[in-house]
Amino acid sequence: MRLDLKTHISRSDFSCHFEVNLELTGNLAIIGPSGSGKTTLLRYIAGLEPGFNSHLTFNGQVWRDDAVGIMVPPHKRDIGYVFQDILLFEHLTVQGNLDFATRRASQQTATGLEYGEIIELLDLKKLLQRKSDRLSGGEKQRVAIARALLRRPSLLLMDEPLANLDQSSKDTIIPYLDRITRHLKIPILYVSHSLDEVARLADYILYVEQGSILAQGTIKEVVARLDLPLAHRANASSVIEGEIDSHDSQFNLSTLRSSAGMISVAHLPYPEGSRVRLRVMARDVSLCLEPPKNTSILNCIPVRVRDCVDDMDVYVIVSLDAGDEIILSRITRKSAHSLKIKPGLELYAQVKGVALVN
Amino acid sequence: MMTNLALGYDDLLAFWVTIKLALVTTFILIFLGTPLAWWLAKKNSWYRTLIEALVAMPLVLPPTVLGFYLLVAFSPQGPVGQAVEALGLAPLAFTFAGLVVGSVIYSTPFVVQPLLNTFQHIGRKPLEAAATLGASPIDRFFSIVLPMAKRGFITALTLGFAHTLGEFGVVLMIGGNIPGETQVLSIAIYSHVEALEYSRAHLLSAMLILFSLLLLLMLYRNNGSAQVMPDEA
Repeated sequence: MRLDLKTHISRSDFSCHFEVNLELTGNLAIIGPSGSGKTTLLRYIAGLEPGFNSHLTFNGQVWRDDAVGIMVPPHKRDIGYVFQDILLFEHLTVQGNLDFATRRASQQTATGLEYGEIIELLDLKKLLQRKSDRLSGGEKQRVAIARALLRRPSLLLMDEPLANLDQSSKDTIIPYLDRITRHLKIPILYVSHSLDEVARLADYILYVEQGSILAQGTIKEVVARLDLPLAHRANASSVIEGEIDSHDSQFNLSTLRSSAGMISVAHLPYPEGSRVRLRVMARDVSLCLEPPKNTSILNCIPVRVRDCVDDMDVYVIVSLDAGDEIILSRITRKSAHSLKIKPGLELYAQVKGVALVN
Repeated sequence: MMTNLALGYDDLLAFWVTIKLALVTTFILIFLGTPLAWWLAKKNSWYRTLIEALVAMPLVLPPTVLGFYLLVAFSPQGPVGQAVEALGLAPLAFTFAGLVVGSVIYSTPFVVQPLLNTFQHIGRKPLEAAATLGASPIDRFFSIVLPMAKRGFITALTLGFAHTLGEFGVVLMIGGNIPGETQVLSIAIYSHVEALEYSRAHLLSAMLILFSLLLLLMLYRNNGSAQVMPDEA
C-alpha cells in the first residue's frame, strides 16, 4: 500500500512542510520531540488539518488534491484513528461506542479482524455494559482501539495512545497493542515521542523535527544515524534483530542468532526460532583492538567503524557495522584518540547489556 | 371578601394566554436558537461578535425600549407593518401573534446562551472522533451533539419558558390588555393593583411565584449541582 503526500500547514506560531512517498509494507512510526508536528501530520492524513498546496494519495485513493480541488472529508476516508485523549463518547456505554463504529463501518474488512476477534483480542467482553466514563484509562484506550478497528479501516492512525496513561496502565495495554499489531492486516501509522514505545512494533520510521521530516528509514538505520539527536541522548541505543537460537537453563541465558554473530542475553520468554528485537545501549558497548581474554563480558563482536562524531566535550559516539546490524558505542574522546578511531578501522565491540525491546 | 378570592374568568384567560405564549415562544426559540447557537460556537470573526452582542441586547435593554421600537415597526407605517399588510396578513400590534414576535426577541438570550455554552463545552474533539468513525456532519449533530447537549437544551427550554412567563414591559407596549388575546398574568396583576383589587393580585402573584419556583426546582434537579447558566468551559 502506497502513501504519497505533500502539504504545507501554517498557524500563527507554527508551520510545517511534509512530503512523504512510501510503500507501507509494515507499521510506520512517526517520532520526534513534542511540538515537532508529528500529530499535525497524522491529523492531516485523517483530514482533520486543512493545509494548503496539498495532495494525499493512499492505496490508489486520492484523498486530497488541491490542483484539481479534491478534498475527501474525514468521514469518507478509510481510516481508524486512536486519539491521545481517547475521546470515548461519554453519553454511551462501551457497547454503544462500539456500535457507533459498527453501524458506520466500511463494506469490506481490510483489517482481517471481525467483531468477535476484536472483542477477544482486547478482552472487552466484561466491559461491554459499563458506562464509558466508569472505566480506567487503560480500559478506555482498549475500547477506543476496538472502536477504531470496528469501523473497518484500511489504515490505522494512532496518536500517542499511551501518552495520557499512567505507568501501570501503559504496562497493561502494551501486550494488547502487541496482539493487535500481530493480527492486523492493515498498516499502522503510530505517532510517539518515545523511541522505546515504537521500537517493537514499527518497521519503518519517520523522524520529525520542527515541522519537517528530518530522516526516514528502517528502525535500525534511523536509531544509528549520528546526524540525528537520537544518537546523542544519554540513553542512545541501537537495535539488533535476530532469532532465538537456544536457551541455556543452567545459567538462565538465551542465545540470539543475528547477522552480527551469536549474542548471549538474559533469558528471553519466547520459544526458539522467534524473531526478536534487542536494544543495545551505546554506553554499554566498549571497544578494543584485540579480542579480549578473561573478561566478564559475554559478547565480543567483530566490527568495523562506520562513522564517529564528538558527543559533547567528553565523549565520542561511534557507529559500527556488524554484519547487517549497526551498533552504537559511546566512549570517551580520550579513548577514541588512543585507539585512533576512524572510519574503516576493524576492532572488537564488547557488549555488556542487551535488553529485549519493550 | 371570600368571593373575591376565587379566580375570575378573566384571570383564567390570562393564565391560559400566558402559558400559550410561553409555550409557543419556547418552541419557536428552540428551532431558531439551536442553529444560531451552533453557528456562534463554530464561527470566529468580527460579525460573529456583533451577532453575539445583538443576541445579548435584551439582557441589558429596558423591555420598554424593545417594546417601543416593536410598536413603531408594527404600525401600519412601520417596516414590519407594511410587510405584513403586503402579505395580506392581520396587523401584529395588539395581537397574540405580535406578542409572540416580541417574546421571541425578548427571550432569545435565555435560550441561545445556555446552548452556546453547551456547544462550546462539547468542543470539536468528540466531533472529530465521530468523523473518523464515518459520521457525516449531520449524523454527528444528531448522534453526538444533541445527546451530549441534553442538559443545555433542558436549561434553555426552562429558562426560555420561565422568562416569557414573567414578561411585562414588552407586552405592555405592544400587546395592551385585551382579555383572551394579549392579557397575560403580569398585566392582569398590574390591572388588579390599579383597580385596588389586592386580594386577586395576591392570588395571581402567589400562583406565578409557585409555578416559577416549581419550574426552577425541576431545572436544578435535572442539572444536579450545575448552575443555571453553565460556566465558560
